[in-house]
Amino acid sequence: MAFVELQNLRKAFGSTVVVHDFQLAINQGEFVSLLGPSGCGKTTVLRMVAGFESPTSGQIHIGNANVTDKHPSRRNVGMVFQSYALFPNLTVADNIAFGMKVAKKPAAEIKARVEEMLNIIKLPQLEARYPYQLSGGQQQRVALARAISVKPQVLLLDEPLSALDAKIRISLREEIRSLQRALGITTIFVTHDQEEALQMSDRIVVMNEGKADQIGTPFEIYNRPQTRFVASFVGTLNQFSATKTDATTYALDGQSLRVNQPSAAVNGSEVTLALRPETVSLVADPSRTNQLSAKIDEVSFLGSVVRIRAKFGNNSVSFDTFNSPSRPPPRRGSVVTLHFCPDDILVLN
Amino acid sequence: MLFGAIYFFVPLIATFEFSLRLKRGEYSFEAYRIVLTDPHFQASFLYSTALALATIVVGILLIVPTAYWVQLKLPRLRPVVEFITLMPLVIPAIVVVFGYLRMYGSASWLPLTDTPNGTNLLLTFGYVTLAMPYMYRAVDTGLRAIDVRTLTEAAESLGANWATILLTVIFPNIRSAILSGAFLTFAIVIGEFTLASLLDRPAFGPYLQLIGANRAYEPAALATIAFVVTWACMGLMQIFGADRRASNSC
Repeated sequence: MAFVELQNLRKAFGSTVVVHDFQLAINQGEFVSLLGPSGCGKTTVLRMVAGFESPTSGQIHIGNANVTDKHPSRRNVGMVFQSYALFPNLTVADNIAFGMKVAKKPAAEIKARVEEMLNIIKLPQLEARYPYQLSGGQQQRVALARAISVKPQVLLLDEPLSALDAKIRISLREEIRSLQRALGITTIFVTHDQEEALQMSDRIVVMNEGKADQIGTPFEIYNRPQTRFVASFVGTLNQFSATKTDATTYALDGQSLRVNQPSAAVNGSEVTLALRPETVSLVADPSRTNQLSAKIDEVSFLGSVVRIRAKFGNNSVSFDTFNSPSRPPPRRGSVVTLHFCPDDILVLN
Repeated sequence: MLFGAIYFFVPLIATFEFSLRLKRGEYSFEAYRIVLTDPHFQASFLYSTALALATIVVGILLIVPTAYWVQLKLPRLRPVVEFITLMPLVIPAIVVVFGYLRMYGSASWLPLTDTPNGTNLLLTFGYVTLAMPYMYRAVDTGLRAIDVRTLTEAAESLGANWATILLTVIFPNIRSAILSGAFLTFAIVIGEFTLASLLDRPAFGPYLQLIGANRAYEPAALATIAFVVTWACMGLMQIFGADRRASNSC
């Protein structure tokens, strides 16, 4: 049995169902992200795990115990909030010690643990400060220390990086992940930022309209999206309407493409093909099967990267190439041949 | 603004000036000396102070958990609760006290007015009712200034129960709001006349009325003292309010 199991979770607010039969099994020490747009139900799932919302139906198991009806204070889960939620009247040290004081741990143990936590979050000199005297990044580190100081079975992170500026966000991503690995703590992370989810997670649950559209590793989610929603939500995607001619061949604006991904569509039917920008190449490679003739429509020089949009028939494709001083980007209006591998083309359901 | 200041200050200055005229042909604090050395003044002021403190404690214990619960769990009930807390402003105190006498008089099932302590208790509850609009608004404003829901959830996830959350998270973070409500309550109770008089308790309000009916200069001195007490309460509210704003602005 998995360490955390969410079985057929359903949550309705009045007549509105926000989570539909949600199933998820998380192994001990795993870092799982719930990724999706606003209103997809990801935070509701997290809040049900924390105990702040009661499921309309379904069960939640943590460490072989059914905690579905347990009060949040008895679940032994640590929670980090988007708004930090540090207690304004307490110092950094007292915030970190709060959970241990509630648990009536000995004073010496609390002091040692607080020191350990302050060192882990690299803020040992700020123990006497109040939350309003800290930056956003520092506050979130303290919130993280407070959550893990009580040694919870599961760590829940509710968009903890959303309120921070880009630079701090990136550095905190790495810190949270390395801390999670070091402590081996089972973690559920809610985010709407695909880059965060891809970088930090062992597995990602892509949610849409209260359901898990796809569960998989970042590699699987990005490279093998199973639904049109996952394909369009995670990463940038070029989409084309094509006609299936046989099991591995599709006609696209009078040009023929070979696609290795099997599709249940019948021959002659319309399907949507998708292509990641990074799979398209301008470099002539005779070994590649698929070659499309296209006209350069737009070239944007971004420094290390050149963003190009090319048109063929009624379709257009956007792709990035690395800048190379020895190989200038194509001119607008020029006709080029685009190359891509049959394995890289996705057939969307 | 000048007209407002004149309208407000001239009567106060006139009252103060009159209170100094007890001795003919000179200004003195003789009226104040007489009042402050009067054992009835000391007893009534002490009685009202004790009742004001009891009212503050009961008010805090009743209103803070209520306002917290409404904010956290029953936000849709807020207009109803606000309406209820405003009732003492529209129902005259004399109506309230006759209601009390009917409900808790000698012939009732709970004859609180039969004993002095029972009547004191009744008077305290009456004062809690009178001060409710001010205490509730002060506390509610304080609660709105903090993220009650998230702080509560954070404390819960760390194992805290309701009592711990209220005592260690909510109360300290709305301290200045509670103090504001407490000072307002003190100012209301210290000069209240109707409830204390009709329940026949030796409070400061009835003492003020008694002196006013029988003396000339001492009532002016007492009115000035009452103003000073009220203004001291308002000043303390401002100090604590300003302290809170300074903390938040850092």
